[in-house]
Amino acid sequence: MTCAELVELVTAFLDGALDPETEERFVHHLSICEGCDIYVEQMRRTVAEVGQVGPEGLSGETRDRLLDAFRTFPRD
Amino acid sequence: MPSDDVLVAGLRAGDEETFACLLNGWSGSMLRLARTFVSTAASAEEVVQDTWLAVFQGIGRFEGRSSLQTWVYRILVNVARRRGTHEQRTVPWTSLLPDEGPTVDPSRFRGAEDPYPGGWRAFPERWPTTENEVLAHEVRATVAAAIEKLPPRQQVVLTLRDIDGQSADDVCVLLGISTANQRVILHRARAAVRGHLERYFTTAGAES
Ligand SMILES: [Zn+2]
Repeated sequence: MTCAELVELVTAFLDGALDPETEERFVHHLSICEGCDIYVEQMRRTVAEVGQVGPEGLSGETRDRLLDAFRTFPRD
Repeated sequence: MPSDDVLVAGLRAGDEETFACLLNGWSGSMLRLARTFVSTAASAEEVVQDTWLAVFQGIGRFEGRSSLQTWVYRILVNVARRRGTHEQRTVPWTSLLPDEGPTVDPSRFRGAEDPYPGGWRAFPERWPTTENEVLAHEVRATVAAAIEKLPPRQQVVLTLRDIDGQSADDVCVLLGISTANQRVILHRARAAVRGHLERYFTTAGAES
């Protein structure tokens, strides 16, 4: 497995979706290659940073309308 | 976010705090998801609104066979599809082939004539930690801008997986895409965001 190949398998690796033989080669490569170790670490970091981003929300108007609809929704 | 049991009970009882919590937590992802089916931001807002109205109506029948979030998002996809058909704009999730090509610039790797073909020419530079509040804020802004620049399908899959924390299986079912396709889309999205972060750290944010 080359570095160029490894970088394309990172998401499959993080999902635990590599077949056992490929995973073994992936892990072996990581253990001897500083560049790929850094790359995988940066992908993990990217996932963590993405998780910190709150996506934009609704406009205040729609939000108010929905809160109002919820308040007045008929319940039994 | 409280557990599904608490959320469902809150919605059924008309607890406003519960609903406000869901509205704040999920509406952003829902907008993004809606946006892949309809043509304008205003339309997407209406899809989200109609989804919540359908949730009020249907919550009494929710049986907990999936998570509440998955259930709500499924309603959204149905609402959005219906509307997208009227607007003649549906991103054909199933028929699209995954984007092709490498996610890392091939010039970063050694060529075929090299003794180590496919090896890094130079290792990626290590990134600084962002304990510093100002830097952390800039990083978040960089990531947010990077997500906005992604193609809609990548935005949606990245949002569902890495912001909402949904499982790969749930995302596949929700969007009607294969496991392999889901993974390719997610990988491209993450690699693109990583590329933006790398540019940020190796240029503007390098002084720390
Ligand atoms: Zn390597």
